[in-house]
Amino acid sequence: MVTELGHFALILAFMVACVQAVVPLVGAHKRWSGWMAVAEPAATLQFLLTGFAFAALTHAFVTSDFTLRLVVLNSHSLKPMIYKISGVWGNHEGSMLLWVLILTLFGAMAAWFGGNLPPTLRARVLAVQSAVAVAFFAFILFTSNPFLRVAVPPFDGQDLNPLLQDVGLALHPPFLYLGYVGLSICFSFAVAALIEGRIDAAWGRWVRPWTLAAWVFLTIGIGLGSWWAYYELGWGGFWFWDPVENASFMPWLLAAALLHSAIVVEKREALKSWTILLAILAFGFSLIGTFIVRSGLLTSVHAFANDPERGVFILIILVFFTGGALTLFAARANAMDAKGVFGLVSRESALVANNILLAVACFVVFVGTMWPLVAEMFWDRKLSVGPPFFNMAFTPFMVLLGLLLPIGAMLPWKRAKAGKVMRQMIPGLIVALALAGLAWTMQTGRSLLGPVGLFLGAWIVAGALTELWTRTGRTRDLTRLLRLPRADWGKAVAHTGLGVTMFGVAGLMAWEAEDIRVAKIGEPFEVAGFELTLNEVNDVRGPNYFSTMGNVTLSRNGTEIATLFPEKRNYPVAQMPTTEAAIDYRFLRDVYVVIGDEQEGGAWTLRTYVKPLAGWIWAGCIIMALGGSLSLSDRRFRVAAGARRQPQGVPAE
Amino acid sequence: MKRFILTCLLALSMALPVGAVQPDEVLDDPVLEQRARELSKGLRCLVCQNESIDESNASLARDLRILVRDRLVAGDTDEEAIAFIVERYGEFVLLRPTTGGANWLLWAAGPIMLLIAGGTGFLYLRGRSRAVAPGSDSLSAEEQQRLSELLKD
Repeated sequence: MVTELGHFALILAFMVACVQAVVPLVGAHKRWSGWMAVAEPAATLQFLLTGFAFAALTHAFVTSDFTLRLVVLNSHSLKPMIYKISGVWGNHEGSMLLWVLILTLFGAMAAWFGGNLPPTLRARVLAVQSAVAVAFFAFILFTSNPFLRVAVPPFDGQDLNPLLQDVGLALHPPFLYLGYVGLSICFSFAVAALIEGRIDAAWGRWVRPWTLAAWVFLTIGIGLGSWWAYYELGWGGFWFWDPVENASFMPWLLAAALLHSAIVVEKREALKSWTILLAILAFGFSLIGTFIVRSGLLTSVHAFANDPERGVFILIILVFFTGGALTLFAARANAMDAKGVFGLVSRESALVANNILLAVACFVVFVGTMWPLVAEMFWDRKLSVGPPFFNMAFTPFMVLLGLLLPIGAMLPWKRAKAGKVMRQMIPGLIVALALAGLAWTMQTGRSLLGPVGLFLGAWIVAGALTELWTRTGRTRDLTRLLRLPRADWGKAVAHTGLGVTMFGVAGLMAWEAEDIRVAKIGEPFEVAGFELTLNEVNDVRGPNYFSTMGNVTLSRNGTEIATLFPEKRNYPVAQMPTTEAAIDYRFLRDVYVVIGDEQEGGAWTLRTYVKPLAGWIWAGCIIMALGGSLSLSDRRFRVAAGARRQPQGVPAE
Repeated sequence: MKRFILTCLLALSMALPVGAVQPDEVLDDPVLEQRARELSKGLRCLVCQNESIDESNASLARDLRILVRDRLVAGDTDEEAIAFIVERYGEFVLLRPTTGGANWLLWAAGPIMLLIAGGTGFLYLRGRSRAVAPGSDSLSAEEQQRLSELLKD
């Protein structure tokens, strides 16, 4: 019953979306305020109806309603409750429902917090947002309906893919979607502004918080996914350059670029058409990501719906929205002339450089991801483009970006003198060089990556600190820092986060130690200065799996540090094995232990990795997200601030 | 192609994690073993999705790892060993695509794009630095008031 109501609510939401996509748009064109006013209640209603549909599906999963096809395929009565809930979006249909739920949530938020927008712009933004929603509602209802029943319900379900039964991965999709779909609002703003035919500083200010929010969510989502890959896939890689990972990484790069170019629009009224283009492309890449994941076009570790029909549908959505927006852009772009005037050396130029590097880096990832397809189509060559290519082709852009970042961040607007900023950065440069030199002398004959990465990380962090220091003024009055706008703190913190992540990546990739051996029970062995002993191996029973659990003592110089329990699990229902690495997380290094198969004579295969600075990668992601949130909380950008302080009502049209 | 995808899916469902290089594969000579590890990292496991044979635990990946080690023990250079495997399995095994044929475009895509974007960016910036600032008469009084209201926050 609840399920049918949910299904019905979803169909209703589809219809509301159809109305919302058309009526306000016509209203805005004809200046009929009544028609424009439809958008807001419709956006709220759409969200509530979709929310109800999502709740109904969740209800079916929680109560293990095996009359529902989706629940049968992705759940099991013995599964822990948290994974019953995460099972809702651990499959194609449910995740699409989550996708539209977030799409309508952002639409509703634009309606709630958009009180300070001009009425026509608001009506158009909500209409465009709703048009995107129409496409995805249709996609769900016609090709991937989650509410289908089975004729003969089985006694129990087929369980969720055990790899997905994990806290990190339970939270990964919602955050990622909040980011992907959050970019839809930027897209709607861009298209609405193109229809409206004008973009000014205020537009930049309205778009920036949404971009920032989307970027923060994407950062968290990608960080969670990478952390999951690190501890779950059994050898501690954190990034695989897999097509699906790239699919989430490209919007992140573009969102980061958009974030910075919107500042130029807001402060200096320049870069307008480029910013609009970025906003369209950022969401376009989100759609490409969806297409890649769900069409099965590029085979990948986590593509979960290999259905050509669905792929074609998403391709049509992609072509319609991106193509349509780009056509509109081509028609209207020259209407947006720049106003700000600035010198070649200025903050504006630095932000242009930032945008060029981020966009070209994104382009490289895109070309690398699509190349196997292109090569097969045009030259009939079956080839692979893997991590070695991306590491070589992508890293230089990040190095350049890291080198420029601290200087660019400190250059004043309009006209700057590079020499002055350079002088301020000298102490930072010395610290960073010293650190890199230290790393260089301590390692012998290993890759250059370690020292270079350490230098960049230290350089960026030192840059952020130097900038804060300069803000104390000539008197070095530290209380000034407390009065600094939160956006400035956000900038310093987010840049620090990037530096910390670079530190972690460099440390992990350059100085990892690895050991593979047959470990006899009770016989200690040494790895990179650590002593490990496999004490025993037991068979353990979990709620819905059987586990082979090792007990490993980790010690250094005779003192015991930790006891680790690496596991090898088998999920009988899904008939799948998984490895659960045991990790001793510490500030400067992780020790990572994986247990393998039993060998002759009561010995076991044991893999041990010592991973220096591994935790810094995700700590950096958290710091970046924190910086973004700080910036978002700045009262100048609080989207609702204007609305709340206008009790007299909006000026008449 | 369809069969290929099917094989991939099958391999994926059977052969996830657990671990790659087995202790019995490891060569006694640490230098040779190190070379073998480096080579394996650049070779793709044919039945997996985007995993190198160094990471994969599929049986085919194991065969390939052993093959690489056999070639090295037999005295092949790194290039010879790779060439041997490419000859047998095609260039699909190379995770790092060659620069031959149309692939130069793949490798040059980034630098070319950087040049184009950098050039355009430079021209734009030069244009901006020479432009004359327009007056603020482009905003109507009402818009000016709205803007100042917004910027006040």
